Amino acid sequence: MQNSAEKYLRTEKLPHIWCPGCGNGIVLGAMVRAFEKLGCDQDNTVIVSGIGCSSRAAGYMDFNTLHTTHGRALAFATGIKLARPEITVFVIMGDGDSSSIGGNHLIHAARRNIDLTAVIFNNSIYGMTGGQYSPLTPTGSRATTAPYSTIERPFDLPDLARAAGATYVARSTSYHAAMLTKLITAGATHKGFSLIEAITACPVSFGRRNKMGDGYDMLMWQKEHAVPVEKAKDKTPEEMRGKFLIGELYKTEAPEYTDLYNQLIRKSQMISREE
Amino acid sequence: MAETAALARLMQGNEAIAEGALAAGARFFAGYPITPSTEIAEILAKKLPVLGGKFIQMEDEISSMAAVIGASLAGLKSLTATSGPGFSLKQENLGFAIMTEIPCVVVNVQRCGPSTGIPTATAQGDVMQARWGTHGDHPVIALTPASVQESYTLTVQAFNLSERFRTPVILLSEEVIGHCRERVVLPDISELKIIDRKKPPAGLARYNPYEPGADGVPPMANFCDGYRYHVTGLTHDESGGPTTDAEKAERLIKRLNNKVMDHLDEITMTESWMTEDAEIIVIAYGATSRSAKRAVKMAREVGIKAGLFRLITIWPFPVKEVTALCRQAHTIIFPELNLGQLIGEVERAARNETNVVGVNRVTGEMITPDEILNKIKSQVKVEQHAE
Amino acid sequence: MALEALSALPLVSVAINQFLCKGCGICASLCPKVLKMSSSGKVSVSNHALCTGCRNCENHCPDFAISTMAD
Repeated sequence: MQNSAEKYLRTEKLPHIWCPGCGNGIVLGAMVRAFEKLGCDQDNTVIVSGIGCSSRAAGYMDFNTLHTTHGRALAFATGIKLARPEITVFVIMGDGDSSSIGGNHLIHAARRNIDLTAVIFNNSIYGMTGGQYSPLTPTGSRATTAPYSTIERPFDLPDLARAAGATYVARSTSYHAAMLTKLITAGATHKGFSLIEAITACPVSFGRRNKMGDGYDMLMWQKEHAVPVEKAKDKTPEEMRGKFLIGELYKTEAPEYTDLYNQLIRKSQMISREE
Repeated sequence: MAETAALARLMQGNEAIAEGALAAGARFFAGYPITPSTEIAEILAKKLPVLGGKFIQMEDEISSMAAVIGASLAGLKSLTATSGPGFSLKQENLGFAIMTEIPCVVVNVQRCGPSTGIPTATAQGDVMQARWGTHGDHPVIALTPASVQESYTLTVQAFNLSERFRTPVILLSEEVIGHCRERVVLPDISELKIIDRKKPPAGLARYNPYEPGADGVPPMANFCDGYRYHVTGLTHDESGGPTTDAEKAERLIKRLNNKVMDHLDEITMTESWMTEDAEIIVIAYGATSRSAKRAVKMAREVGIKAGLFRLITIWPFPVKEVTALCRQAHTIIFPELNLGQLIGEVERAARNETNVVGVNRVTGEMITPDEILNKIKSQVKVEQHAE
Repeated sequence: MALEALSALPLVSVAINQFLCKGCGICASLCPKVLKMSSSGKVSVSNHALCTGCRNCENHCPDFAISTMAD
């Protein structure tokens, strides 16, 4: 029996390396269903990923896939997109990958508004290295490098991306998989820098250490703590305490980087003809 | 049309690198401002778009190196240019390009280090970093121009070697070469030999991106040019997929290194001057070789049998050639604008059978011909007593 | 066939790829009526007739082990 996503996967590479109940597979599934909706041309789409559990996703996807160095996926993707703007480029990163070592490249890719669709698998932990906290780990969480629980305040990644210049920002969770597919589809359709944060679950490292139960329990946690942005309007701050928004959080139009650069090319050619 | 004699021009070294890159077919530059290489970026920012090429100033040298690799994988010949501090930042991604065999050129216009050092002063202190800056057992091709003319021709050669062997090539220039202006006669682009990456045949049922040809170099399909495949910095097998298999890991690492070491004939470039009967041979590279040439000339004028062996390719180090020189000469003199780095490779070749002596300077200034001449003279006396 | 039975006819047939399933239990917890964890530690379809074709299991399977193909 064929799984509908098979067309977009390197099935010979399955089963993947993620732990039982890990949300990354769910987010990848949502992404693949977005490709189906978009009718992605696999020969003209590049998927760039960084380093960490989530970034292994690129290896399972039957596309032109580039598994780069930790934190630098957006910079590699910028090179590909600027070199050949006709190529559709998706970028997959983890929470640490995108907001810690990759933070500088994240804010600059957003500032440039280059047409990339970044999907951040945020499981609030460095899973690959065994469970250290990241800049998106909620304050007070336990991790191997936070034995007394974290004292740091995490970024709000969509806010950070929007402030840096991203023109499409959304968030969903591995529980809200259908919404995630919709948002990735919308982000990919949007021309400019799109960031979709996918809150996902790491039962083995984050869940176990923070007594959140198994994969299913963590999905339920997501269900209870996520508030669709439309519903949040009629909620008091008290009701929103400890909750996070999901849905399309910010969308605007701004000139896209490679379009601007193509105009620059024409301008430079005109000037050089006059010289 | 009358045969137009090529026009001589006054050109800066960094400008020659930019022009050489364009002549080689480079159509993508990503970089970050840093003295003494910024002119390369400035010139390419102006000239690349006119040719339909792309220039981008990235947020740092790390992302510049990453963007260059991405653009090359997408099919554009790409380069970046930097100096010591930026070269340090690029090392991890340089290693990624070596491991994934993605051609590109990394220009390092060396300046006086360490750390911030004297940004506007010349030095040759990044030589070992060029070889071992990135981690793990990896091959490196590094070329050192000694003139503005050579800054042009070696940039073209750097691209050719990177495309031929699917590996980054480091063009190790230095401030005094990058910033000085000299008379150059640029060859007509049509005369230049330009090498492009070997492509796989179209229509393969299955394209294994890392299945090597007989020469150890896998044909390279650019992304989105008909084949879909995986590229990763993880140790990988012929299919490009990650593996931890011991035998496959060894095979990959050895192939990456042999791909370069088995083709020294195509890679090694040196220049010998009056070495045929030389008893004292000066080995040098880059700007220092110009002082050395003058010193050898002056030594010959006072009857000393001295010669110059100039390294143009410093990595892979020309062991065969240097070993032969060590057997011929009783003394090798190695002037370097550092405390002695590449001299170690000569000592390895000499195996204590030859007297190897350095002339070293870390003041941000050139070593003068007289300094080298004095060293040559000092070594001559030692040899006469021995008779 | 009784109306109620007619509506019970599954719109979708659910299939489990035992090789890919890692026994995480998410699908069985989401849909205890149709799916159940078997002794092998993997999931199995216990009551196919009650499947409404909502695809919740397939959309939440981390291992691409569930196929819900429309009949």
